This record gives sequence, structure tokens and C-alpha cells, in this order.
Amino acid sequence: MAATTLADARAIAASVTDPELPQLTLADLGVLRDVRVSDDGTVVVSITPTYSGCPAMEVMRRDLRAALLDAGYPQVEVRTVLSPPWSSDWITPEGRRKLAAAGIAPPGPAPRRSGPVLVQLGPPRQTVACPQCGSPDTTEISPFSGTACKALRRCEACHEPFEHVKEL
Amino acid sequence: MARDDVSAYESLVEHNDARWAFGSDFDDPLAGVDTTVPPGVDGRDLAAYCLMLGDDALILSHRLQQWVTRLPELEEEVAVANIALDLLGQARFLLARAGAADGSGRDEDRLAFFRDEHEFRNVRLVELPRGDFACEMARILLASTWRLAQFERLRASRDPVLAAIAAKAVNELAYHRDYAAGWVVRLGDGTPLSHERMQAGLEAVWPYLDELFAITDVEERLVDVGVAVDPRLLRDEVEAVLDEVLRTATLARPEVLPRPGVRGRSGRDGVHTEALGYLLAELQSIARAHPQGVW
Repeated sequence: MAATTLADARAIAASVTDPELPQLTLADLGVLRDVRVSDDGTVVVSITPTYSGCPAMEVMRRDLRAALLDAGYPQVEVRTVLSPPWSSDWITPEGRRKLAAAGIAPPGPAPRRSGPVLVQLGPPRQTVACPQCGSPDTTEISPFSGTACKALRRCEACHEPFEHVKEL
Repeated sequence: MARDDVSAYESLVEHNDARWAFGSDFDDPLAGVDTTVPPGVDGRDLAAYCLMLGDDALILSHRLQQWVTRLPELEEEVAVANIALDLLGQARFLLARAGAADGSGRDEDRLAFFRDEHEFRNVRLVELPRGDFACEMARILLASTWRLAQFERLRASRDPVLAAIAAKAVNELAYHRDYAAGWVVRLGDGTPLSHERMQAGLEAVWPYLDELFAITDVEERLVDVGVAVDPRLLRDEVEAVLDEVLRTATLARPEVLPRPGVRGRSGRDGVHTEALGYLLAELQSIARAHPQGVW
């Protein structure tokens, strides 16, 4: 019984979508870190911000609460976890497919850093394939885009601009 | 509670409706985080330290927000606004950590909107008035290079909350630094005019570099218990990065005297330049006009 309740609560929390990338769920993005059900039936959901200033956190809390209250859970508590910090490596294969289908280039592997972070002065470090036509010939227009977690790029083959979820 | 009761409006206004003022009713950014002060650490010192780091981010964030709609390109609007947003996020965590550590129960809003100028602990570099775009890129380069060096070390802080905030911020700060460094190189190694203005931008902010490496009594005590970073140890690394950027940009390291404080006291002691008062007036006026408002 309890196990079913927990599995249900997890499934409901995992189906809540991201407010800024509504094609993806919080689970696809790796933002949903943990779901527990305590003895009194309270569902405790842990989420982590992609970036410190992510303004979507408030809306995610609201949406998680609404979805679980709607499913009949009496109490819902949404907690923030900061450690370990979110990494774009946590975006699931399913999440990457959905990003590409939405015309957003998914991130490559996150940089592994040890020691001081070297200053990046040369041309952009990696090749990102165009999500529209697949050409690897793309250039960065801006290291930031409509949200902090994305950069803005342009495809030199099909000339379409597109967003790219940054490696973090 | 049925779903109908969880309207968008209601969920934004979890407090008493009558007190709702503007914007949304923000949650505690550290909701659910264990904010116990580690044994052997003075909670007031930890709070004072978090205020220093939080104020640096809050004030620079506000300065960068003042750029929005005034930048040369749409891409730069987006970039600077995003940097400001990252810094505001860092400030919210750090101010919330400060309020939890000193036992005063002051939340982030109380600390941001209801402290006076002499209670702010940011370094003076971040409060300087907006200059031209080159000057701003010079400021972001200095501030983010220094903050990155500091936060990389803070990831090993004995305060787990501070360590987690720092680990998150490091990835963001590396982007900020590289963005500013890219513009310093482009302008420095550009036309004679852009070179001249970039050099002038560096000259304007360089007098405030020395202050970044001065240690306060609070930091000394917290270094001893493994919580804080000794800012004096950051100078070599910061200067090495700046020298590399300047060399690539064909710019000269400014030969300017450090701007002294007042009898040896400066930003970390609450002794600021004239610019901070005007900035705070803008930042705080609405919250102070509606002291019962919930944000």
C-alpha cells in the first residue's frame, strides 16, 4: 500500500512540466531530485535550481503542490536542495530527445573541472549541431539567451537561429 | 484542498491577501535546507560574512539591471540581464543564509530593503556608477574573476550551506567572466577608438582592485575555523587571469594608485562612495513606501 502510494506520488511529481520548457518534465530536466511520503501522508518533494537565479523555482513549487494536492495527498512540502549543484548531464535521454524535437540543441557532456577554471578567450569551444537541419556548421550569437540555461546560436547552413542548452 | 482552490493568484499570495503589494510572494530560497550553524562557528560572524558576499552580488546585480534597455545590442541586453539574474539568485541565497545564521530571523527582503547604507558590506567596486559599456565590461571582469577565485575555494567551506551556494555559483561566475573577457579582448584589440575607451574603462575601475584583497576581522576569525577564504591569497590568481586577458587584448595594466578608504575603512566596514546611497534609494524606495507589502 505504502509502496504504491510512493510510486504514485513519484509518477505525479515526475509528470509536472517545466514552466519555461513546457515540452520537458521536471524529471526529464533532472530538476526533480527526490520524492518521499512520510507516515502522516505528507509528500516531500526535493527540487534543485538549474541556476541560482532561476525564476521558475516558485512556479515549479506551485505546480508540484497543485498536482499532488489534486491527486488527493493531504500535505505537500517542496524543498530546495543545492548540493550537489545541477548539471546539464542530468537531463535524461528522453529530455534530450524532447529538446531536439522542440528545436533546442541539447547540451553535450558537461566540462569536468579540477583546479582553477581557465579563462576562455578563443573561439567557442565545441561544435553544436543545428537542431533543424543537422549541420555542424553553427556559430554562437550570444552566450546567453531567453533563459540563463541557454545560449543563442545560428546555423550557417540553413541560416536559422536556435537555442542551445549550455553545458554546466 | 481541491485543484480549483489552488488558483494561480492564490498560490502567489500565500499570506494575508490584504498585504499583497507587488510581484509575487517569494518563498524562502533556502526552503527545506538545514541551516544549523556548524559547531565552533560564531553565527554572527557567519552572518556578517554572508552579508559581505551577498551584498557584493545584490549591488552589482542592481547596477547591471540599470543597463537593461541601454545596451548596444539585443544580445548584450539578454547577456547582462542574465548575469544580473544569476547574481540576484546568489544574493538571495546568501542573505537568507545570513538571516538564518545570526538568529535574528530577518529574511532576505528585510536585509535587502531595510538596511541603511552604512550597514551594507559590499566592496566599493560593485557600487560605482554606470560608466560606458567598456567600463562595465572592465568592472564585470574584475568582479567576476575575483568572486570566482573566492567561491572556488568556498566550495570546501565548513559551512555546508555556504559550500553548496558557492559550488552552484562557480559555474555561473565562469560564464560571467568569460563574457566580459571576450568583450575586453574585442574592444581592446579592435579599432583605435575602442582600444582607447577600453583602456579608459580599465583605468576607471582599477583603483578599486586593491580593496578586494583586504581581510576583515570577521574573515580572519572565520578563516581560522575553516569557513571563510582569506582574500589576500586570491591576488596572484586574479592578477594572472587579468594579465592574460589584458595581454590578449593588447591593453596595458593601469598604473593607478588604489583609492583609499576613510581612515582605512571602506566597503566591508560600511564606508561607501557617494554612489551607493542613490542606488539604495532606487532599490529600496518601493519596499519602504509599503512596509507591510508582501513580495
